[in-house]
Amino acid sequence: MPLVKSGQIVEDRFVRVADGASAPDGIAVIVGGARFLAEAEVLLQRSAPIGVVWPNDRSVGALAPYLDRVALVALMFPSFRDGRGYSQARLLRERHGFRGELRATGQVLRDQFLFLLRAGFDSFEVAKDADAAAFAVSTRRFDVFYQPSGDGRATVFRQRLDRIGWGAQAR
Amino acid sequence: MYRYDEFDQALVEQRVSEFRDQVRRRLAGELTEDEFKILRLMNGVYLQLHAYMLRAAIPYGTLSSDQMRGLARVAQRYDRGYGHFTTRQNIQFNWIKLEEMPDTLADLASVGLHAMQTSGNCVRNITTDQWAGVAADEFEDPRIWAEILRQHSTLHPEFSFLPRKFKVAISAAAHDRAAVKVHDIGLRMVRDGAGEVGFEVIVGGGLGRTPFIGKTIKPFLHKRDFLSYIEAILRVYNQHGRRDNIYKARIKILVHELGAEKFAAEVENEWRAIKNGALALDPAVIAAVAARFSYPNYERLSDNPSALARARSEDRAFAAWFDSAVSNHRQPGYAIVTLSLKPIGGPPGDATAAQMDAIADLADRFSFGEIRVGHEQNLVLPHVAQRDLVELWQQLQMHELATPNVGLVSDIIACPGLDYCSLANARSIPVAQELTRRFRDPALARSIGRLHINISGCINACGHHHIGHIGILGVEKNGEEFYQITLGGRADEDAKLGTLLGPAVRYGEIADVIEDVVEAYVALRQRPEELFVDTVKRLGVEPFKERVYAAR
Amino acid sequence: MTSPHEQKKRKINGSVVVTANRLGDGAVVYRTADDHWTTDLAAAAVVAAPAAAALLARAEADGVRAVGPYIAPVELAPGDRVLPGNLRERIRLDGPTFALPGVV
Ligand code: SF4
Repeated sequence: MPLVKSGQIVEDRFVRVADGASAPDGIAVIVGGARFLAEAEVLLQRSAPIGVVWPNDRSVGALAPYLDRVALVALMFPSFRDGRGYSQARLLRERHGFRGELRATGQVLRDQFLFLLRAGFDSFEVAKDADAAAFAVSTRRFDVFYQPSGDGRATVFRQRLDRIGWGAQAR
Repeated sequence: MYRYDEFDQALVEQRVSEFRDQVRRRLAGELTEDEFKILRLMNGVYLQLHAYMLRAAIPYGTLSSDQMRGLARVAQRYDRGYGHFTTRQNIQFNWIKLEEMPDTLADLASVGLHAMQTSGNCVRNITTDQWAGVAADEFEDPRIWAEILRQHSTLHPEFSFLPRKFKVAISAAAHDRAAVKVHDIGLRMVRDGAGEVGFEVIVGGGLGRTPFIGKTIKPFLHKRDFLSYIEAILRVYNQHGRRDNIYKARIKILVHELGAEKFAAEVENEWRAIKNGALALDPAVIAAVAARFSYPNYERLSDNPSALARARSEDRAFAAWFDSAVSNHRQPGYAIVTLSLKPIGGPPGDATAAQMDAIADLADRFSFGEIRVGHEQNLVLPHVAQRDLVELWQQLQMHELATPNVGLVSDIIACPGLDYCSLANARSIPVAQELTRRFRDPALARSIGRLHINISGCINACGHHHIGHIGILGVEKNGEEFYQITLGGRADEDAKLGTLLGPAVRYGEIADVIEDVVEAYVALRQRPEELFVDTVKRLGVEPFKERVYAAR
Repeated sequence: MTSPHEQKKRKINGSVVVTANRLGDGAVVYRTADDHWTTDLAAAAVVAAPAAAALLARAEADGVRAVGPYIAPVELAPGDRVLPGNLRERIRLDGPTFALPGVV
């Protein structure tokens, strides 16, 4: 599965570690959410970066105390019609201030890239090679956005005010 | 009506180009049907029994004459020369080729129309009172709010893959013509003690397999909090709505399972965290949207000009049409005119391209170029000078748009049913057609009075049978079409679901049975002014049941 | 009378065909014996219900030309004429059961 980061297909520097297996020090690993919570203090002692793959039916609030020390959170899209991960992503970014890598994993298709980007994801484990290759094209299709979502893009509502010089007043 | 600005227009065009690429990938085999289905539904494309169907949005039911001509063009160029106006302020074209769908959408975009989110598990076309902006009992135009929410919910980065579809309705009048209590979110504009206008927020209403009347979770919401509060509702629903069972995935089930109070508390909690953020609505933002709405420049006229009064007293056919089709306008000397798309023996809600063009011309001549789509599968000319009514009526007659049955028994709402729909159990349209023939006599229809018949071809309830004064639901028994009948449903501020009359009846019997029900009502009502629903409310369904089934 | 999905579940006895909608325009099509699709019911492969599974499996593998294949009942009329086996299939073949608007 190709990994897209910052718009490029890249090598994954993280290794997934199964729940029973030990997490070797010195390499970046991703562990399951339940295991992470159970062993958080030990795992966070390691010198290499730690990532967590978080299920989409559990509140991301449980991760909040650790987020400044976690390098990556991977959220799951078991099917691309299951949109819970979008809410989790926005909460992680906009409410809990997570600044690490936010990865979408599962059934991730090019038709979701822009939604995912706007929700705060910055890396994508893409199901199809052709979709990964089409990342740039698919995310440039739109330049008009209505919703403020924490990705910093100007919304239409704001742009309208700027245009008529009401921007300052509307803040 | 609202006119797109350059941002709105750009977004719709970008969406068409994205869909063009999606269709291309599907036709080339790069997308499976499972993948493509979700993408096409979000652009309003269904696969029906015989062909693809396109559902285009008519936001808050307002159309310009040019947009109506655009619809006529689409009907002519890509379809078989007609379209179907639905109960949710959409239009459906039944015969469009997938290969031509992108061009169709581009044509719609060229007149400021779109099909975005008319299907799929996202926020659907937001509906309002069909008489918004002209109703006498309204204190603010709800379409401004529908438009703000339309924009905010379009390609929403968080809520495009909800557990299930999500329908919002907004009403701003004392009398609810938007059925806000049977929507996922119903918003009723109200005034608080201090005289400020805001919203009562109702959630968890809906029809379908498990009908519920919505519950009020916030009696008064300030305008500035309009988007943030809706965002909070959607966020709670997106995370906690059920995804394990498609029949339990609507927000009404979540509200029911959690209880309205607990649900409201969850929303409140979420809302508190975001209410002072980027979604707080600045009055300037509201004003910028409102500024794109244009309103007619009315003449100063007085009510009931003498020519009109004369026509009403001298021409019985005109008087019958006037009584059914013409309603009060808040501007003196003007009227709201409903165009019946329910000709005797015709499929409810259909209009041909020629009719659409004619309506566009009549709107230009008589209604400041504006047309509305109601919830009863009829069209409306919202600003007609009363002095023009006779002439308009004559013109409408030439185009079979003046059947004097608006609000009467033959003004039937029917879903497409088994004649088009791949989910149907039974046909709806031929049942409606037969019933209009049974009640074709205008004098008979008038003596029966206001009576809404609603027909759905399956439990999905697209014909809103639960809230019909008489509801008819198609079911299947051993491969045969049967129909269940409910009585006493209503969609207004006293919204209520109908009560089952008795065992389902066959296709061949349904029209007879409905005739018997109506006869029973005429015999049972206390006085001619007592409406069908009120008789049912007073007596229950038992006396109807006795009369109808005794003979069988 | 039932959704394709339910039809699949329901036991269908007697003669059947495999039917679907053509991808490009949605037209109703039937599977032929040589693994093509036709809009002509008379040209469809008519098989006994037990043999239909194989025909369906091959149709399902062909996900690009047609959408949503399923097994539908047919009736054999005198002279080997093939007729749709229920109302739903009759409507799919012949179109809506009333005159379409604008058609005189
Ligand atoms: S109610 Fe059923 S039959 Fe009617 S249009 Fe909806 S899904 Fe189809």
